[in-house]
Amino acid sequence: MAVTVLIPTPLRSYVGGRDVLELEAGNVGELLEQLAGEHAGLKRHLFAEDGRLRSFVNVYVNDRDIRQLAQRDTPVKAGDTVSIIPSIAGGTAVHVGAQRAAPPLPKLSHEEILRYSRHLILPDVGVEGQKKLKAARVLLVGAGGLGSPAALYLAAAGVGTIGIVDFDVVDKTNLQRQVLHGTSTVGRPKLESANERIHDLNPNVRVEPFATRLTSQNALDIIRDFDIVADGTDNFPTRYLVNDACVLLGKPNVYGSIFRFEGQASVFYAKQGPCYRCLYSEPPPPGLVPSCAEGGVLGVLPGIIGSIQAMETIKLILGAGEPLIGRLVLFDALKLQFRELKLAKDPECPVCGTHPTITELIDYEAFCGIGAEPSYDGAEITAQDLKAEWDRSPDLLVIDVREPHEYEIANIDGAVLIPLAELPTRLGELDGHREIVTHCHHGARSLKALEILKAAGFSKVRSLRGGIDAWAVNVDPSLPRY
Amino acid sequence: MTLVLDPRQLTAIRHHGEADYPAEACGLIGGAVEGDRKVALQLVPLANQRTDSARNRYLIDPMSFRRAQERLDRDGLEVIGVYHSHPDHPPAPSAFDREHAWPWLSYVIVGVGAGRAGDPKSWVLADDRGTFAEESITIEERKAVWQSPY
Repeated sequence: MAVTVLIPTPLRSYVGGRDVLELEAGNVGELLEQLAGEHAGLKRHLFAEDGRLRSFVNVYVNDRDIRQLAQRDTPVKAGDTVSIIPSIAGGTAVHVGAQRAAPPLPKLSHEEILRYSRHLILPDVGVEGQKKLKAARVLLVGAGGLGSPAALYLAAAGVGTIGIVDFDVVDKTNLQRQVLHGTSTVGRPKLESANERIHDLNPNVRVEPFATRLTSQNALDIIRDFDIVADGTDNFPTRYLVNDACVLLGKPNVYGSIFRFEGQASVFYAKQGPCYRCLYSEPPPPGLVPSCAEGGVLGVLPGIIGSIQAMETIKLILGAGEPLIGRLVLFDALKLQFRELKLAKDPECPVCGTHPTITELIDYEAFCGIGAEPSYDGAEITAQDLKAEWDRSPDLLVIDVREPHEYEIANIDGAVLIPLAELPTRLGELDGHREIVTHCHHGARSLKALEILKAAGFSKVRSLRGGIDAWAVNVDPSLPRY
Repeated sequence: MTLVLDPRQLTAIRHHGEADYPAEACGLIGGAVEGDRKVALQLVPLANQRTDSARNRYLIDPMSFRRAQERLDRDGLEVIGVYHSHPDHPPAPSAFDREHAWPWLSYVIVGVGAGRAGDPKSWVLADDRGTFAEESITIEERKAVWQSPY
């Protein structure tokens, strides 16, 4: 028994007028090649010049689209039915309405031809691809860990215009992973630092700086003028904001995120696949997922994930290869393992589904449960005040709620180490009559410790504002900062 | 080949184009081949799946095509063509139409200028995919045609 192939009407004249053929093949690719080999006229209608299946040719094995299976590697066996199903597309030549008509591609100078020679000799790029890169406008949200490698590679590759949204200043702790910046630019705005580095790398690139936080008020206006957005944000409100703005404007969002030793990347493009909300409809509760500053990150990791983002951005510009649309790549640095998850578009998605309920940008801080935090007025103490009070009453108990490996980096003399996770079970070690001050690295975890202690009935508890970092700056400069 | 349409079908294609203006309207043409005549017997109006830029693009996705094909098959008919409208553009195929075209099918295009439909024209893709050739439309009143909602 062979595989049954159903031929649609437009192709029947190429197979002797038949609507069904019987073929022997192990997978869809072999089957199509056999079909095109035996019926010469079919080939140009099924395959584009580059050998890929034309976009409007859909192949189903039994009832499933091979795009959802293993594409051309989808196995077929005797008894299977393979259907070639047309999708029909067309339209008028000129864009009507709001969309920009595509301007002619820019020319390349002699300097650019030399600079990009290794691209130009690649058949998938060539002169036309390089011109597309030059004409492209890519927006980077964030010039940090992910934005650094993305900016460097996009600039080196000759992306004509790179927009960068960042309001931060280069800090020494950034340099372990944010390779766009350097020791000489510590203390200066990241935008200035990025601009100088990019211009040194490739003076042909135009940098459009946006020295602001991306907000619901400005996001649409900023993103509107770009072709592709690469999201290098480190927080959930901005990530949902970037996603929703991209869906509303019909732009692809090249996503990356990192945590400690693991990273993720995907391309969210609602016109062709799922968006970030199809994957994560709700943000995690605030505080559950620590940021890099709280949780730490291996410096090379954003280099890998940010480079994937740059690669996907370039593929989208060139229209080359298989974009990461509808797929989520998970990278585990410790195992050095890439895994891939298939993502489906959620028809119930509130922003890109069939009946969207989000049709304009919302308050993303509120959506992510941020801003509703209780007030800690009076519950915090500054480093200087703690020093003075501790000197007056040595009975004061200072609890360090950080992890032991952080304690090893630096610790406040006289503080007792009880990591936050152990605190609820070690309350018995504490004397409720003493004044207690909790401290951590920057002052966030110690507030959680404060809440745990208050809930357990300890009334005289305060938290060190700014954590051991503030202590190192204002009280004990002999301590290293980290 | 010539495409044979009933005057009521011609009217239905024009009305569909006007009803969906300024978006592009689209549908399939079911029928049968009789010698060198492609005879239209049933129009299948479909929803344009290109909601993002429906003013200048149309799409009939594979699932819609498959469902329509199965329905026609039950009546002993096959897909012989496609119709779509060009809002504020002449009824001639664009380069985009040609790049995405299937051979053999009749591509009936109706220009809709400022909401008023003109006379449709039919086109067939050349074998080398390089050009679209205009195909004659023969208007013939038949005793019965499947009624389109338009």
